[in-house]
Amino acid sequence: MSSTDYKPTSKLAKWFDERLPLLTLYHGHLRQYPTPINLNYWWTFGGILTFCLITQIITGIILAMHYTAHAGFAFGSVEHIMRDVNYGWMIRYIHANGASMFFLAVYIHIFRALYYGSYKSPREVIWIIGILIYVLMMAAAFMGYVLPWGQMSFWGATVITNLFSAIPLVGESITQWLWGGFAVDNPTLNRFFSLHYLIPFLILGLVILHVWALHVPGNNNPLGIDLKKDKTDTVPFHPYIVIKDLFALLVFLIIFSGFVFYAPNVLGHSDNYIPANPLITPSHIVPEWYLLPFYAILRSVPDKLGGVLLMFGAIFILFVLPWLDTSKVRSAVFRPIYKQFYWLLVIDVIVLGYMGAQAPEGVYLIISRVATIYYFVHFLIIMPVLGFIEKTKPVPISIADPILGGSGNKSFAKKNRNLH
Amino acid sequence: MIKKILIFIFITFALQVNAYSAGDQQKLLKVDWTFHGVFGKFERSSLQRGYQVYKEVCASCHSMQYLSYRNLGEKGGPEFSEAEVKALASQFQIKDGPNAQGEMFERPGIPSDKFKSPFPNENAARAVNGGAYPPDLSVIVKARPGGADYIYSVLMGYEEKVPENIKLDSGVYYNKYMPGNKIRMPKPINDGAVEYSDGTKATVAQLSKDVTAFLTWAAEPHLEARKRIGFKTILYLIIFSILVYFSMRKIWSSIESKM
Repeated sequence: MSSTDYKPTSKLAKWFDERLPLLTLYHGHLRQYPTPINLNYWWTFGGILTFCLITQIITGIILAMHYTAHAGFAFGSVEHIMRDVNYGWMIRYIHANGASMFFLAVYIHIFRALYYGSYKSPREVIWIIGILIYVLMMAAAFMGYVLPWGQMSFWGATVITNLFSAIPLVGESITQWLWGGFAVDNPTLNRFFSLHYLIPFLILGLVILHVWALHVPGNNNPLGIDLKKDKTDTVPFHPYIVIKDLFALLVFLIIFSGFVFYAPNVLGHSDNYIPANPLITPSHIVPEWYLLPFYAILRSVPDKLGGVLLMFGAIFILFVLPWLDTSKVRSAVFRPIYKQFYWLLVIDVIVLGYMGAQAPEGVYLIISRVATIYYFVHFLIIMPVLGFIEKTKPVPISIADPILGGSGNKSFAKKNRNLH
Repeated sequence: MIKKILIFIFITFALQVNAYSAGDQQKLLKVDWTFHGVFGKFERSSLQRGYQVYKEVCASCHSMQYLSYRNLGEKGGPEFSEAEVKALASQFQIKDGPNAQGEMFERPGIPSDKFKSPFPNENAARAVNGGAYPPDLSVIVKARPGGADYIYSVLMGYEEKVPENIKLDSGVYYNKYMPGNKIRMPKPINDGAVEYSDGTKATVAQLSKDVTAFLTWAAEPHLEARKRIGFKTILYLIIFSILVYFSMRKIWSSIESKM
């Protein structure tokens, strides 16, 4: 999908492009790349996420210049950034709230893919790389939250690293190996800082693969149909998508700025402004909001190992989603029953997130158990079964052509034609 | 559909925020702080009085280790004059050294010194305070759910009459707003605890308000700059996004007419 008729005009450009075709790459993938004409604003989050990643890397590099990764000095060095470093408060608040904004965008991005069937053939690899990025994001965010060495940092790290002790036989050894000692302490903080600096660059590498894989089949679109070969269904990436992505990014930045400048601590926990103290356990240990649904799943199981397995299962089930979904039609627009289950899943995840912030007792525990079961039922039962029993609506042949009779999947359409 | 999803997102955020602040049994006293809101600013005289309250009352037990005396003269804070800051700092004897002979010595404070802590270490503080550790106040306003309102409420929440269902051990006091209603700090502020030089009447409410404003500034010394820059940033983004919106409409108009 990245054909380009670009020919360098100047002699220098020609000379360079023959030796390293960077200009051809740029024109093929960032200018002439054909994009579906009917993309809506839910498709702007890829660009927004790229912006988030770069923002986190730049602010993070600056913060690392002033931060001290030592159990005795970390909290004080963060206060030094907030007070004495020029605009340090702004850089730190952008970085801290940037993590939340990053997750907000990635959740919208993932749920967009779920709605329009963007994970289905031939885009399975894009989806799998995307989930890998999401898993690394969670790891980076968790370790980043530990770095200020406040109460929630320390106890969050203690709870999460203790999960590994549930592994039979070697659990204890693995946990001590992760800690670098017999409890969460200075060695833990040091390695978390090192990994927190490493992971974003792994994510960056995966993002490049994600975009590369995307540019092989090209974008999915709200109708979920394959594009016609002629150009009536597509527009070049520049300027059409560039300007649209820019507009969406600016609106996103207004919300982002609202948090950074007017409610910079509202998404964090006040306990993290209390220096870490191994002798005092906070009454409520809660992770950041974006991890709460998984935290709820973890705590809904009475058995520790079971909870850990279910929590990781909830993430890893996403890797096989392209094969759990048996429907031939991609977009929920043409799947009346799936559409309703989709919204139920959205509500289910929000309910899980809310339960993750509550004490796991009484009615909260019952609700989070029901929501956990439903989460797995959605992926393991509803998705595979719906493909067989759902009567989908007729799909148009092309974006420009409203005539019905197309299919979500071209190879399927061909097979279908042969049958008739 | 878009509306539906946006509503979902905002509800999620709202619920999370609520979830964090849940658990307060007593509704906090609400103060109409000057530093709240989009254009919020501190009241200089209140911060200056607040520092006096901290110095004369709180500082006998509570440290503020992340603040320096120079901060008292910086923009957006109490904004004492340079001479005043020097005078305030020099009231304290600061341990320095070692000197050329290898000995530690005491000298009058200078603006670049950190606030002098009342105790040399945590154990010393606990020994004097019946086992309780008076927390450092540098970021206390950000370290408690409810923030400034909570600090103000606790200072105002001491009552002579203890409800019958609450049993107090010796060295423990009743406070209406403290979680669990028990606090190890005796009532710190009484009417006239401090003599204000600007003639402001030193009631408990006034003293609590001033010291809370001071602690809020201490926790967030760049609050005024943050709100000022935030307003400009958002205004800029709104204007920029309107321009980009119309550019986008212009660019897409050729496509849409073809469809």
